Amino acid sequence: MSTQDLHHLSIAALAAQIRNHQTSATEVAQHFLARAKARQALGAFLAVDEGVTLAQAKAQDAAIAAGTAGPLAGVPIGHKDVFVTRDFPTTASSRMLAGYRSPFDATVVTRLAEAGCVTLGKLSCDEFAMGNGNESAAIAPVGMDAPAPVRNPWDPGRVPGGSSGGSAAAVAARMVAAATGTDTGGSIRQPASFCGITGIKPTYGRASRYGMIAYASSLDQAGPMARSAQDCALLLSVMCGPDVQRDSTSLDIPAENFTRQLDADIEGLRIGVPAEFFADGLADDVRSAVDAALKEYEKLGAKLVPVQLPRTQLSVPAYYIISPAEASSNLSRFDGVRYGHRTAHPADLQELYKKSRSEGFGDEVQRRIMIGAYVLSEGYYDAYYLQAQKIRRLIANDFQAAFQQCDVIAGPVAPSVAWQLGDKADPLSSYLADVFTLPASLAGLPAMSLPVGTGAGGLPVGLQLIGNYLQEARLLNLAHRFQQATDFHLPSPSDI
Amino acid sequence: MALTSQDIDRIANLARLELSPEKSERMRTQLNDFFGMVAQMQAVDTSGIEPLTHPVAVLQDVQLRLQGDVVTETNQREAYLRNAPAAEQGLFLVPKVIE
Repeated sequence: MSTQDLHHLSIAALAAQIRNHQTSATEVAQHFLARAKARQALGAFLAVDEGVTLAQAKAQDAAIAAGTAGPLAGVPIGHKDVFVTRDFPTTASSRMLAGYRSPFDATVVTRLAEAGCVTLGKLSCDEFAMGNGNESAAIAPVGMDAPAPVRNPWDPGRVPGGSSGGSAAAVAARMVAAATGTDTGGSIRQPASFCGITGIKPTYGRASRYGMIAYASSLDQAGPMARSAQDCALLLSVMCGPDVQRDSTSLDIPAENFTRQLDADIEGLRIGVPAEFFADGLADDVRSAVDAALKEYEKLGAKLVPVQLPRTQLSVPAYYIISPAEASSNLSRFDGVRYGHRTAHPADLQELYKKSRSEGFGDEVQRRIMIGAYVLSEGYYDAYYLQAQKIRRLIANDFQAAFQQCDVIAGPVAPSVAWQLGDKADPLSSYLADVFTLPASLAGLPAMSLPVGTGAGGLPVGLQLIGNYLQEARLLNLAHRFQQATDFHLPSPSDI
Repeated sequence: MALTSQDIDRIANLARLELSPEKSERMRTQLNDFFGMVAQMQAVDTSGIEPLTHPVAVLQDVQLRLQGDVVTETNQREAYLRNAPAAEQGLFLVPKVIE
C-alpha cells in the first residue's frame, strides 16, 4: 500500500500496518499532518503542534519496537477542544480561555494515549459546546487570523453541525483517523449525521467527564467519532470505564470490549420506530433516506415495531431549561481571577467579574447563562427547573415503556440535512432542530448516528439508533451489520 | 408574563454579566421568544413525579460517592498560577476589596 492511501484505511487496518512495520506511526502522523495542513480552509483545527505530534509518534514507534505498544499504537486522533490537554492549548472555542494551558490531561485523553493514539491537534467546536452548527466558535482556526465557523467538507457553504463540528469535519475530510466528541443534547450524533461519519454517545456515566470542560454536567458525555461502527467500537472500548476517584457520576461498571458482538446475528431483532420522529417537520429527503435504511434492516432480518415516545416535543423546553441551568452554575467559575480572560483596569471586584465575563463569553453562551440564572432564581425554580426535571423523568419512563416492545429504537438524527452557514441565526429555530437527539440525552441513553444515504445536494443523512442503558455493543452491532451490507459510510467528499 | 428590561437587568446582575443597552434589548426579545416556547411545559401534569437528576437513576440506584477526607493531590501551585491573569508572590490578584 502506498502512503498516499493511508487515510482511507480503517483504524484496525491502520493499526495493523503500523504494528507489522508496513508503515510507521511517524509516517502516518506526517501523512495526516500534511492532509490537515492542506485543508486548513475548513477551519477544523484550533491547535496543531508538529513537534508534539511527531514526538508522540516516535514514542509509539519505540513502543512497537520494544513490544510494549497498545492496541491503537500510532492511530492519529484529534480531540475536541473541550478536552483539556497538557501538550496543546485548550479553549473550548471561547475567547474566555484563549491560550489556556491545562496542567493535566482529561481522563479520556489519557486513556486514548495509553492505548497508543497519537494526538494530531485540537478541534473546533461551538463555544463551550453550546450550539449545533459550530458557528459560535470564537477562536481563530489554525492558518486563519480571525475566528471562523468550521465548514462542511461535503459543501463548504454549509455547517458541519455541532457542537463537535471540527471533529466531524476532520474525520470526514480524512485529516484524522478518528476524533473525540462530546454530546450533551446531540453534539456527537448531529455533526456525525451532517458530515457522513459514524459517532456514538455511550450511556451517561460510561466515559469519565474528568477534564471535559463542563457545559451541563448531568448530560455531558464523551464519545468517539470515526468512519465506521467498527472504528467507533475500538475507540469506545478504550475510552470507557470507571473513573470513580475523579468523576462523581462515573458509573462503576467495568470497561467492555465493544467489538465483541459486532458480527452478531440481528435476525428477529425488534427495531422500534417512534411515530413522533416522523411527524411534520421532517424534511422529505431525510425521511426517504431513513425509510430506506429501515427497509434495509428488514432485509437483514430485523423486525420493525411501531413504538410511542409521546413527549418528544417536550424534550426541547425540558433540555433548554436544564442545560442552561447547569451551564450558569458551571460557568460561574470564570471570574477573571484564577484563569481565563480578565478585563483591563477594573474599578472593583464586581466590575472585574462582569466585564471579564461579558468580554470573554460570546452571545450564545451569555444567553444560556441568563436563562439558567433566571430559572434557578428565587420564585422561578419550581416552575421551570423542577418541572423540567420531572418531565425529564417522564421522558426517561417513556423510553422504558418503548423498550418493553423493542430492542433498539431507530429514527432520524436531525429534521434536515446540513443547513447553509448563517441560516439558523435565530436561536429558537436552532434549538428546535435538536428535537430528535434531545430525548435520548435527557434519559442518559446510549445513541449513535451512522450514514445511511444522501439528501438534497448529495448531503449526508444519518440514522439514529438509541439503545437501552449499557446497550452500546448492541447499537454498534446493528450499525456494523448495516455497514457490512451497504457502503454509505465509504464515500469521501470530492476534492478530499 | 413577558420579561421587562428591569428583569433583564436583574438577571444580568445575578449572572454577573454587563449588557449594553442594545444587547440587553435584543436579549429581552430572544428570552421572551424562548420562554414562549417553554410555556408548553407548564401544561404537563407532573404531580407525584420525582424529578430526575441523574439519568441512570432510572436503571439502578445511583448514589453520589463521597471521597475519603485525605490528601490525594500534590502541591501544584506553580502549574495553576501559570494560567492566572494576574498573580504575585504565589497569590491571585484581585482589585482592592476592603478600604
